[in-house]
Amino acid sequence: MTILQFLLWSLLKVAVVTVVMLVGVAYTVLLERKLVGRIQNRWGPSRVGPFGLLQPLVDGAKNFLKEDIIPTGVYRPLYLMAPIIALGCALISIAVVPFGETNVGPGGLVKPGELNFFQISDVNIGLLVILGVTSISVYGIALAGWSSNSKYSLLGALRSSAQMVSYELALGLSLVGVVLRSGTLNLRVIVEQQSTQGMLTWNLFGGMQFVAFFIYLTAAYAETNRSPFDLPEAESELTGGYHTEYSSMKFAMFFMAEYANMITVGCVATLLFLGGWTSPFGDLIPPPQNIFVHALFPIFWFVLKVFSFLFLYVWVRGTLPRFRYDQLMNFGWRYLMPLAIVNIVATSLWLAYR
Amino acid sequence: MHLILFIVFAGFCLAGAINLLLQSHPINSALSLIVVMTSLAVLYLMLGAEFLAAAQVIVYAGAIMVLFTFVIMLLNAGREDRTLGSRAAGRVGFPAVVAVLAVIATMILHAHGLGVARLSDGITTTEELSAVLFTKLLLPFEVTSVLILIAILGAVALASRGNGDQERTGGR
Repeated sequence: MTILQFLLWSLLKVAVVTVVMLVGVAYTVLLERKLVGRIQNRWGPSRVGPFGLLQPLVDGAKNFLKEDIIPTGVYRPLYLMAPIIALGCALISIAVVPFGETNVGPGGLVKPGELNFFQISDVNIGLLVILGVTSISVYGIALAGWSSNSKYSLLGALRSSAQMVSYELALGLSLVGVVLRSGTLNLRVIVEQQSTQGMLTWNLFGGMQFVAFFIYLTAAYAETNRSPFDLPEAESELTGGYHTEYSSMKFAMFFMAEYANMITVGCVATLLFLGGWTSPFGDLIPPPQNIFVHALFPIFWFVLKVFSFLFLYVWVRGTLPRFRYDQLMNFGWRYLMPLAIVNIVATSLWLAYR
Repeated sequence: MHLILFIVFAGFCLAGAINLLLQSHPINSALSLIVVMTSLAVLYLMLGAEFLAAAQVIVYAGAIMVLFTFVIMLLNAGREDRTLGSRAAGRVGFPAVVAVLAVIATMILHAHGLGVARLSDGITTTEELSAVLFTKLLLPFEVTSVLILIAILGAVALASRGNGDQERTGGR
């Protein structure tokens, strides 16, 4: 493959993934509004289009048309840069996520290694890249709060950056068990190692990584500033948290970043614990012969698994009350992190014993 | 290709470093330092040290610099003042830095037996790195870990001493 071909294919893949991701973000917002509505025994958006399905379009148009207010006291360069950092980091980390097999079609229409059809870039340290980008995304929120020059924003940003830095530790440590089991940081290889016996060889069930999965989920909720850890934007105390002074599209960018992060976290959980794009029934269902069905079947499982994570996210948001800030920090440092370390030790002992 | 990327990111790195010195507001300096660190990570990546690059971003840009910005935000440090002392430090400091760097550079250039690293497609995988780190270099590695542990314990001891107006135990 020449460098020009590589460039064109990469651009195409980036464009497709970005569009799919943004549409996914828009419809995750709708999913959240609908589901929270049902949980609270009301309809949620139902007027625009059938079942309210066109609501995201209208919301987007509304956000674009709103007046863009920049308060006088802000530190302009950082104030303008913060939403871009937040959204940029949220969208970058999807670049290393594999969505499906490399060899498309039963006979291998595209040979492995020649063209990675369902992944933008297959890097050896995919997991670390995701963790690194997540750790950079703290700056979006921290700078937004600081540059807004408002007490609510600053408090929200301080809470948020402390929370993200603290829970990043638990998040990273919870993944070590999986990495120990598979012996690689390459996301594609991690998935392929889980795919041999369907559900039985997933890291969650076959690998006995229940504890790690629980820690990962909890830390991921905190990392994406989602309920029950949505202290940075606790509207009862901080009016809006780090984005109090933002309006119009800049405000929307923070929310797009949050939902994009939710999707990425769901993707990572799917890849590491739930066997990625592989079928949960293993070889019980014979692989379909039709080339398009064969290519799209893995995508179906992947989307289904990520969707179930998003569903869980919204369910948790609709059910659990918010933590108090000291409880949040105690929980992260005193329970989750020691638990994650115990999990690492137990997994290593098990691997050494086996 | 490698050369173009190298020039671009080395340029970023230098620009960030110079900007760090020229900015008078601490948060701009901190952000320039982040630029320096991330472009260094890219340079590591081009030398084939992928784990090092990731660790650089996660540890330095993602954790340590977050704490830096955190402190700047909390203390609300303002612009720095140019005093006689800072001007004198600038006058003496730059030649001194140049002299020290020149000495280090000549030492490195004259030293023998140093390995070569070049921009290449070859990649040192995490497995190879850890094999070296945990067999050949185990003692230095563990000593460094103990050193960091001592630093953590020292920080905890200093923090728990308090000012007397808060209780010693319980709570955060």
